[in-house]
This record gives sequence, structure tokens and C-alpha cells, in this order.
Amino acid sequence: MVERYYKSIAELPREEYFAPGHSLCAGCAAGTIVRALLKVAGPNTIVVNATGCVEVATTAYPYTAWRIPWIHVAFENAASVASGVEAAIKVLKRKGLIDPNKKINIIALAGDGGTYDIGFQALSGMLERGHRVVYVLYDNEAYMNTGIQRSGGTPLFAWTTTTPAGRVWRGKHQPKKPIADIVAAHRIPYVATANPAYYLDMVNKFRRALEVEDGPAFIHVIQPCPTGWRFDPKLSITVARLATETAMWINWELDHGEFRVTVPVPKRKHVKHYLRIQGRFRHLTDQDIEEIQRFIDREVERVNKLVGKEVIGPLVE
Amino acid sequence: MTEVKWKRLPLNSNYAVAYAVKDCDVDVVAAYPITPQTTVVEKISEFIANGELDAEMIHVESEHSALSAVVGAAAVGARVFTATASQGLELMHEILHIASGLRLPVVMTIAARALSAPISIWCDYGDVMNTRDTSWITLIASSAQEVYDTVIQAFKIAEDPRVLLPVMVAYDGYLMSHTYEPVYVAEDPTPIREFVPKNPKSRIVLDPEKPVTMGPIARPEWYYEIKYQQVEAMKRAYDVVKEVDAEFGKRFGRSYGVIETYKLEDADVAVLTYGGIFGTLREAIDAMRSSGLKVGGIRLRLFRPFPYREIVDAVKHLKLLIVADRAISYGARIAGPVAMEIMSVLYRESEKPEVMSVAVGIGQRTVTEQDFVELVKLGLKFLEEKRVPNETIYWGVRGVTYG
Repeated sequence: MVERYYKSIAELPREEYFAPGHSLCAGCAAGTIVRALLKVAGPNTIVVNATGCVEVATTAYPYTAWRIPWIHVAFENAASVASGVEAAIKVLKRKGLIDPNKKINIIALAGDGGTYDIGFQALSGMLERGHRVVYVLYDNEAYMNTGIQRSGGTPLFAWTTTTPAGRVWRGKHQPKKPIADIVAAHRIPYVATANPAYYLDMVNKFRRALEVEDGPAFIHVIQPCPTGWRFDPKLSITVARLATETAMWINWELDHGEFRVTVPVPKRKHVKHYLRIQGRFRHLTDQDIEEIQRFIDREVERVNKLVGKEVIGPLVE
Repeated sequence: MTEVKWKRLPLNSNYAVAYAVKDCDVDVVAAYPITPQTTVVEKISEFIANGELDAEMIHVESEHSALSAVVGAAAVGARVFTATASQGLELMHEILHIASGLRLPVVMTIAARALSAPISIWCDYGDVMNTRDTSWITLIASSAQEVYDTVIQAFKIAEDPRVLLPVMVAYDGYLMSHTYEPVYVAEDPTPIREFVPKNPKSRIVLDPEKPVTMGPIARPEWYYEIKYQQVEAMKRAYDVVKEVDAEFGKRFGRSYGVIETYKLEDADVAVLTYGGIFGTLREAIDAMRSSGLKVGGIRLRLFRPFPYREIVDAVKHLKLLIVADRAISYGARIAGPVAMEIMSVLYRESEKPEVMSVAVGIGQRTVTEQDFVELVKLGLKFLEEKRVPNETIYWGVRGVTYG
């Protein structure tokens, strides 16, 4: 676990910049993620939000859950808008129209649809140009805001309303796009994956990303969605934890070329524990589950090889 | 106030834009290359590279991102600029509505170009006319000098607290974007910058000292009122456009009005058009006048908000008004976008001319003086025979004849 800045939750700022009273679903982990992100970022922050669950659930005019400046423009362009915000602050500081000594965090916030799919081009452009923006992807693995349609972030065999399980189909036919790897291929200073069940690891990664001075940072956060994944809202963090315990989700960071798995898993659980508590995988046969397990095994092997030692251990239960 | 000194340079309209952007001390430029707009951004890049303009240039990966980036920059209070044409403008279309909905003073120039398919890199106004309902103030210039002057005016109009709407300045692709003309530009930008002073604090911006939520979701009980504010802003813009042009004239000695007329006072018949071909029309009018025809010309300089007062006053004494549009609204009986506007404006007037709608110069099909002479002849024939057509004439298209 990364423990660079915060060693316990008690060390986090007490101030809240994400106000209660928004209309996210009960048990939605996006609220947990955004609240933590803003605590770490503090008041000198501008958030550029793509269209999505967080945007619609937090800004029903004339109300807002944002105690920091916030802008939403469209679905596919959070990275482009954030690029403009960053460039403007740079030049306005140079021209003395904004206090040049004031550090202003610029955060782009988008879901999986706004990142993997429709926002992918804008994201790649922003990364290539090297804007000083922290891009946070909250990944609930489908278009939840429009009613659980498949996205490039939907995992293999998951049921969604556009990849139903029937006599011919058994959920999504393709595996999840490795978005964080693709982002890392842009050779930006900092890329990390995070999980709200590993809260300290997550907030420390937020902090690290905000402190990177030499270019963009990208944090990919898994966000269990009770509505779309079909589980009891009280289980969001349990589901999130199981994702890492089964290595369905590996918490890692790539800091200036140095790769680390920040949450090692010495003893790995079988993926069935993660899949069987979610309705979206209800249609899976034991065979299907084994296919997903083999997929994870290969990924674990790849990551261990990358690290040079066994950070993700063998299957034990 | 600093005395302005002009230098006379040979510039095409694209370069005239770049000089105006530099002289207005723009903060952020984001653009994506598209023919025939490219040299606008090349020239601005040169100015930044040489230190003549202190701005951030964002080399975006698409026009959609170009407009998105300047929207972001404008939202924090920067003076912003972008430029495009044709397909690029189409790709921006979604964000056109958002820039105006967020009430951000973005300025953009368009080197007007025909739309695909088939792909055409040449001029018509299909791209500009497609933006009609996006709530952008739209000015169409007809010379490189007017382009330079209008871009300067555009910043003042857009940033006026009574307006706060984006402004589009269009001109003919190729016919103007790549045609050199003598242009007077400021030797020292100081007087221009005094004319368009910066005051980002006069509007709501993203500022951590004073947090705002920009671009929220508006439910049915609020959306309508917010959009109605745009209706009102457009109404105010009508006066502000004129006011700024008059002030520019007073300060710098050049002004254009919202429409321009040529030999109209005693005319029986007039041709109305827009953009660079107005010069061709004037030549044709001179030729027709010398053979005794009482012909006049009108140029539409402001398309949105539509200058209905000036149009009504200018045309009411005419017997026939020929509206030469450079775009087609497919499936409409009167398919010229400006002809449609004019006919709807004249509907309630008791004193009004017959209106003949004509499509010309589509995909840069050449329009010569002779075309205007023939069009006027045809129009007068129709008028005399009391059969001015109720549908648009597609002038110059092969295989179709009128008469």
C-alpha cells in the first residue's frame, strides 16, 4: 500500500468540498471516490466533469453539491475542456490576471463511457500535449446513467441491457479494454489504479497525482454500482474488496516509469466469490467462470513478471 | 487614448484574422487544421513563436476539442479564439450550442466552405448557414479589411456584459481566405487593445475564491427560462453590434453597418447577397446602370441576430428583390436560407417587393458579373409576366433552365 502522505484516515482534511444532498444511488461508490478526491485536493481546485452519473446527480439546477468551481460541457470532451482550463490559467498567471503563486489543481472527472469510448480521443490528445491535469476515471463498467448499457469498460460475460444473456448471447462478448495500460503507453508521469475499498491507497494516489509537476496524471478507480451490477447497496465496499482479493482488479501505480503493485495479494481468492454476489453475472455457468478465472490467471502472471516477483499470490480458496 | 497609426499590408483574409487576433491580445487559441482555414492558425503560431503575441496555443486533435478547449479557457476568464471551416464546423456543432448556452464570449472565424459529400474544399455558405440556431452572433465580411476590423469588433461584442454570447465571423473560403488585398492594420496594437479592454472579472468565471457550478442539469421547470435569457441576449446583441461598429467607426474611421447598400435609393430592383461576391455584384450593377436599368445591391453583414429593421427599410420601395443565397436548405420550397428569413420578415409588411430566391456559387461554381446581369433580366421578365417563382432558382446548374 502507498503510504506516502496519509497513514490513517484521521490524517485526511476534515473539510468537505463535496456536499451531501446529491442524488447518487444508495451505495454508489462514486460519491465515496469524489468526496475523498476533493478532501485531498482542497479548495484551490477546478473540476471539469464529463456528462455522466456524477454530473447529473450533483448539479440539478438550482442546487449543487460542489463547493469548488466546477464545469460540465459535454460527454466526450472533459479532457479537452480541462486542457483549455489549464492553458488559460497558465497564460493568465503569466499576464498577471491570476496570482502566479497560487497553485490551482485541475481535475478532469469522467466515467468509463466518457473515457474508454466517446472521450478517448480527447483524452489521448490531452495526454500527448502534456497538460498538467489530473484525470480521474470512475469506472462502473457500463453506461449506468443511461440505464446500464455496455461500454468498452464492461468486463467479459457481464450482463448489461445491450448485452443481455439469452440463448445465443451470454453477456458481453469481449474483455474489458485495458485503459490504464493504454494511458500508460502515452508515457505520462503518473498512472495508477485504485479501489475505494483500499481507501488509504486511493487517497495517497490522489495526492501523489496532484503533486506531479511534469505532466498529466491518470487514476483509474473501480466503482461498484449496486444498480447496474445488481447487488445489495450495503455491499459496495465488499464487492470492491473482492475485486482486488480475486485479482479481478489490481491496484498498481506507474510513477515516472517505475511500476509497483501497491496492494499485494499474497493469497488470492477464486473469481467466483466476486462474480457470484453480483446479479450481472448470474447467468454464468461454472465453465464461463473458469474461462474468466483463466483470463485473470494470465493477467496475474503478466503483472508478477512485470514486477519481477510474486506480488499476487496463488489461488487458495 | 493612443493615436492609431496604420500600416498598409498585402494580406489575404486569413492573415487579416491573424493580425486582428494578435492585436486583440488573445490569451488562448485552440485550433485544428482544415482547408481553407489553415493559414489563419499558421500565422498566429508565427506571432506566438516570435513573441509578438503572448498566448497559449493548444494543438488539439480535432475541431470538437478545439471548441471544447476554448470553452474551458473562456470559462476561467481568458480571451479565446478558434477558427475552422466546413466539416470542422460540423464536428464542432454540439459545442456551438454549449458555448452560447454557457454564455461564453468565444470568437471564431469561418473560411466558408461547402459541405461533404461529395467532398469539396471550395467555397459556399452551407457550413455557416447550418449554425443558424446555435445562438451565435454571426457576421459575414466581404473584404480582408472588413475581416480585420470585424474580428476586433467581435471581441468587444462577445464580451459586452449585455451580450455574453459567442461571435462567428465568416468570409469566403479561397475567394477571400487566399486572395490578397491591401489591408490597414495597426502599427502598434495599443489603440486596438484600448478599444477592446480586458475585464474578465465583469463576468462569472471559474474562480476558487468564488466557486460556481457551470453547466448543470436543468429540469423542465428551469430549462426554458435559462434559454429565454439567450433570446433576450440576442435581442440586446442587435443593438450592441451596431453600437460597437459605430464606435469603431468613430475611433478608427471605418464602419460597415449591419447591412451595406449600393445604389439602392432610386432602384426598382435589387440583388441581396453576402460575402465576397458583393464586389462582383457592384460591378454588375454599374454595368446595368450604364445601360439604364435602375438596379441596386444589398449586402447582409449580420445574419444573427437578423437585422430585420434595416432590411425592411431598405427594400420596401423595391418592385423586386432577388436574394442570391450561397447555400441550400434541402427540401424547402424557398431553399435559400437568407431568402427564407427575408420572406418571413416581409410577410407582415404592407409595402414590400416581390422576392425571388436564387442559389448561386454552390461549391464555388463561378459567379460573374454576367450572372448577376442575367439574373436581373430573368427576374424582371418574371415580374412583368407576374410569375415570380414560388421556389428557389438553382442558377447555373447544368441541365436546368429557367425562363
